[in-house]
Amino acid sequence: MRTTLRALFLILGATLALWTSGCTQNPPTTGGPSGATSGSPGTTTQTSAATGDIKIGCYFSMTGGTATFGESSMNGIRLAIDEINAKGGVLGRKLSYQLEDTQGAQDKAALAVQKLINQANVDVIIGEVASSSSIAGGNIAQNSGVPMLSPSSTNEKVTKVGNFIFRACFIDPFQGFVMARFAKDNLKAKTAAILTDKQSDYAIGLAKAFRGTFEQDGGKIVGEEFYIQNDTDFKGQLTRLKQLNPDVIFVPGYYTEAGLVAQQARELGFKGPLLGGDGWDSPKLTEVGGEALNDSYFSVHVDVESSVPKVQEFVKAYQAKYSANPDTLAVLGYDSVYLMADALTRAGSTDKAKVRDALASTRGFQGVSGTITMNADRDPVKEAVVVAIKDGKAVFVTSIKPAGGDIGTGGDTAPATTAPSPAPTGAASPGADAASPAASPAADASPAASPAADASPAASPADASPAASPAATEAPAASPGTP
Amino acid sequence: MDSATFVQHSVNGLQLGLMYALIALGYTMVYGILRLINFAHGDVFMVGAYAAYFVGTALTQKNPATGAALMGPGMATAMIALVAAMAVCALLGVTIERFAYRPLRSAPRIAALITAIGVSFLLENLCVVMLGATPRGFPTLIHKHDVFSVAGVPISNYQVMLFILSLLLMGALQYIVQHTMVGKAMRAVSFDQDAARLMGINVNAVIAWTFVIGSALAAAAGMLYAMNYPKVEPYMGIFPGLKAFVAAVVGGIGNIPGAVAGALIMGFAETLVIALGYSTYRDAVAFALLIVILFIRPTGILGKGLVEKV
Repeated sequence: MRTTLRALFLILGATLALWTSGCTQNPPTTGGPSGATSGSPGTTTQTSAATGDIKIGCYFSMTGGTATFGESSMNGIRLAIDEINAKGGVLGRKLSYQLEDTQGAQDKAALAVQKLINQANVDVIIGEVASSSSIAGGNIAQNSGVPMLSPSSTNEKVTKVGNFIFRACFIDPFQGFVMARFAKDNLKAKTAAILTDKQSDYAIGLAKAFRGTFEQDGGKIVGEEFYIQNDTDFKGQLTRLKQLNPDVIFVPGYYTEAGLVAQQARELGFKGPLLGGDGWDSPKLTEVGGEALNDSYFSVHVDVESSVPKVQEFVKAYQAKYSANPDTLAVLGYDSVYLMADALTRAGSTDKAKVRDALASTRGFQGVSGTITMNADRDPVKEAVVVAIKDGKAVFVTSIKPAGGDIGTGGDTAPATTAPSPAPTGAASPGADAASPAASPAADASPAASPAADASPAASPADASPAASPAATEAPAASPGTP
Repeated sequence: MDSATFVQHSVNGLQLGLMYALIALGYTMVYGILRLINFAHGDVFMVGAYAAYFVGTALTQKNPATGAALMGPGMATAMIALVAAMAVCALLGVTIERFAYRPLRSAPRIAALITAIGVSFLLENLCVVMLGATPRGFPTLIHKHDVFSVAGVPISNYQVMLFILSLLLMGALQYIVQHTMVGKAMRAVSFDQDAARLMGINVNAVIAWTFVIGSALAAAAGMLYAMNYPKVEPYMGIFPGLKAFVAAVVGGIGNIPGAVAGALIMGFAETLVIALGYSTYRDAVAFALLIVILFIRPTGILGKGLVEKV
């Protein structure tokens, strides 16, 4: 018996190892093939017929587990290029692009950028979504002195690669800052607790920035607890936090855990708001969390339901071209092309150093995702949107600008908040109930998306719906994989 | 720590322990009869949760045309989903036994064990291919509300149901094993398969029954788990399955009351670790507990060598 058990124990160890590796293989699930409704996956090349074209090199994951990332980004990029060309191009020349597939892998990303620079001789580069791939590709671009702009990599380290690397989105710690300011100024919270996903750099970064800003503003962090991804039971941690009576709980993780956390927090009788970052931005959030999420808030890059004309024009053009609703990645891809075009115009040539300088001196650029000014770190200083969850839908609350451009350590200026707009348009999903998977603004932006919204999960898996939301869903999931 | 917090932690621990107990029973039963650790058990648990998800969704989903659901959330809906999930998993369990384990019954034990791991991966990946790896929200089968409170700590109808259902299932299992003909045959097979066959016991049928019961228990656990943590995904069985396995070993694998005791110890130990403020160490403690118990009592808390295995 003794030997049996010993053998058994050895096997258990081996199995554990096997299973753990199985766990890590668990892909950050995406809509998979269903995402590939428009545009073909794989390496697509659109060679410029005329040598006079300004060539934009693009590298994205067009196949593999994060294929919807590349798909959405490229949809935004193609739309912007078509629009610019229809208006006569830039510097009197047309824009063209060459796309390389990274399959979501870092080494492939580096190869793709090498190919773009050495074989295709591109003038500028736009890519990737996942921060780890942007860093790998960024190193090559930096060494070759080609300006690169990542539309949506939020990890701080991306633009630290070098002075030729830019991005079009805000960075992770900024969201912690935004939610701390929001808790303090809009929710009038005096105390807060934090429940952090200890395995994710993204969540840790947000938690750190939240703590810093909240305490600096005179608030008190009464407690911090931790969990790890794929945990399902948070009651122990929540029991401890509830005992400390915080006004709000900040949960800077991803949507699946956030939904469960909300449920369990309500079961334990915590009634205050829960706060999160763009890791919550998914239709799956309310599918899991249901009514427990009512009156909770999270930050996102852009509100596609916004009545701002610029946003509405973009949404209309996107729907006309792709018969789908744009998600965050499409918006950021679209803005990236316009940022590049703006820099090229101001540089007056395609000289790479001049384009770089022009990009670095971008001030007050009006994009769909907000007004962008590049700071000294080549990160945009732009506002984030805070949305509230009301009956399973994300509703615009306010947008918060970085104070004095100094992210995370904000000065004495109060955050500039715009007046809450009556955001939910009449078009938003008729008959959506609490169970409807319509958390993402993209999902209920138009009537086209609503059939998916009021059907229950079984009949219509959200990722089969025409809305491009699954990609938005996974956008934040790109960050945890970052080095 | 005030008394309400203490009671709350205790309730959390009990709830977690009962979850583990329901899964651990299946492990311990199969081990007791076959000396096989059925590593696919956690995945049968996952399939059970999916079965309950589909049945529950079909029942509670509002018809877009009429706005009415087939049956609203309620105890009857939950019971139908439970029975359906148990039936699906019972069938799955028999199938796995027939095609994966029976051909290897005379092979070395390690071959069967590795096959069990293979079946586990097969189920997980089949599920990924057929249903996708995206987590899905579990439908509301009963509206949770608080029915009474202990020292200011609310106890919900779900928790009452979990408690009663767990006791019922454990009691039924103990009754089947100790007081029915099938149970007697199971115990006979557990002692000596060849002798049992000589006595006219249909060993194959008895083992098939073991898998039926064990898998049905996993299904019940899967559904109750998904009702509490309303999310189903293909890998959801791995960690609860491992923890339950540890619980079964801690309690003395092959011993039914032992599995329950082990599971409750695990549930309370994990909660205690979190209550003391070391939430990141909860899994480490679970597995450290296994090592310590095996050092002190290699057969587990209630294990008694080879005697009186189920």
